[in-house]
Amino acid sequence: MNTPNYKSHISSVFNAELEDVRQRVLAMGGLVEQQIVDATKALTEVDRVLADQVIRNDEKVNTMEVMIDDECSRILARRQPTASDLRLVYAVIKTITDLERMGDEAEKVARMASDLSDQERGMSPLVEVGHLSRHVSQMVRDALDSFARMDAESALACAAEDINIDREYEALMRQCITFMMEDPRTIRRVLDIMWAVRALERVGDHARNICEYVIYFVKGKDVRHISLEAMQREVREEGE
Amino acid sequence: MPSQRDDVAAHAEAPVHIAVDRVHAAAPVGGIKIRARDVNVFYGEKQALFDVGLDVPERAVTALIGPSGCGKSTFLRSINRMNDTIPGCKVKGRIELDGEDINDRSIDPVVLRARVGMVFQKPNPFPKTIFENVAYGARIHGLTTSKSELEALVETSLKKAGLWGEVADRLHQPGTGLSGGQQQRLVIARAVAIRPQVLLMDEPCSALDPISTLKVEELINELKKEFTIVIVTHNMQQAARVSDYTAFMYVGDLIEFGNTDKLFTKPSMKQTEDYITGKYG
Repeated sequence: MNTPNYKSHISSVFNAELEDVRQRVLAMGGLVEQQIVDATKALTEVDRVLADQVIRNDEKVNTMEVMIDDECSRILARRQPTASDLRLVYAVIKTITDLERMGDEAEKVARMASDLSDQERGMSPLVEVGHLSRHVSQMVRDALDSFARMDAESALACAAEDINIDREYEALMRQCITFMMEDPRTIRRVLDIMWAVRALERVGDHARNICEYVIYFVKGKDVRHISLEAMQREVREEGE
Repeated sequence: MPSQRDDVAAHAEAPVHIAVDRVHAAAPVGGIKIRARDVNVFYGEKQALFDVGLDVPERAVTALIGPSGCGKSTFLRSINRMNDTIPGCKVKGRIELDGEDINDRSIDPVVLRARVGMVFQKPNPFPKTIFENVAYGARIHGLTTSKSELEALVETSLKKAGLWGEVADRLHQPGTGLSGGQQQRLVIARAVAIRPQVLLMDEPCSALDPISTLKVEELINELKKEFTIVIVTHNMQQAARVSDYTAFMYVGDLIEFGNTDKLFTKPSMKQTEDYITGKYG
């Protein structure tokens, strides 16, 4: 199956509407990505002002979700999209739900950062958290990139990264447990960090979901809830 | 494709605009072009329209939808006094074009119809050449003074109708030799040539295949920049696609009139909801 082209309808308004909605998803994704970066920075640098800013900005993410949803329902009602157009609108609706949840996870990280700023400083694996966050942000960027280019191969590569995120998450969890065992006075602090780490790991899952929607749009195949190997087969196999 | 890759980077840094302008701005550019008040139409004893009141916005597409016999074509035909030609038909109430009562005695229906053009269901080109079809109205209304001016008018009209590229090299062949979709665009070019302000379209696509239909719809979208368009259609999906405003009529009553976005997502009246969701007809 060739990559669907959503820009060559006879109706120029329809082309413009699809392009507009796509651009809005990218803008929303850009904001969410920035939220993740800022929330982590607030956490690792114990910056309360930045944490509060992230918490406030989540409202913008939510507003964007509502607006894009509204636009999609309008397109469904007025254009009755079919085939790849329908899959595109569907993928957009699903994608923004995941983006909005990523935004919520970033907000959680920021709340933990805000909590931590009230506590005494002590030993904690903040450097590693920064590393995980960079990895997760990169994955979000790659997922949005595959969405922008409507590229199933890069979506597949990005989805595969989720396993590495999960590994890093496990390692961080073990480290947190060690900290708590060594010095029970750190438990409260480290628990906050564990929540933040958990939130970042969830962002990775949402990014993988976006990759799945990109594959659905491009290939017309539903690759949710299957192993990575099965996903690879689906993407590389030519359409029946 | 590196340019699209840049898209993402650009968006990551782009300031966030929450209030993004809608691409499909439905807000009328100008004011109200046609104002109808208490319009009642009778065919002999039978009343076909009951107190219809409607404001048609300028330079926008207004669609009239409703089941057969709901009066949408009757209303459309009242706008350029086509009902005058039907024996026993009586129109009461007031219809204003730019504030002027079109049923006033001082109004010459021929002049009115030059201002308010009409396109019918079946393409009806004259049995003349493509050139003559478009030039005809301009000639009888004396719109041009020289041959070159007339030629220029034919060319721009055909361009506006999106047909120029397809017929430029065969202007002197019969218009009836064109395909159905091309004929309909030819008829639109003919209507456009006499520089009307309003274009009435009565089921302009019902005799066309889906691709020709989409071409005519795209043309309507272009034409609305210059003309006020009122379109009657049985195909409510078409109304959803082409119009900025939609009026739903039912057995002679105007049930609901409003922004097409709203009417097709959250209609106010249950009757509208039932009709557009296919629950009665």
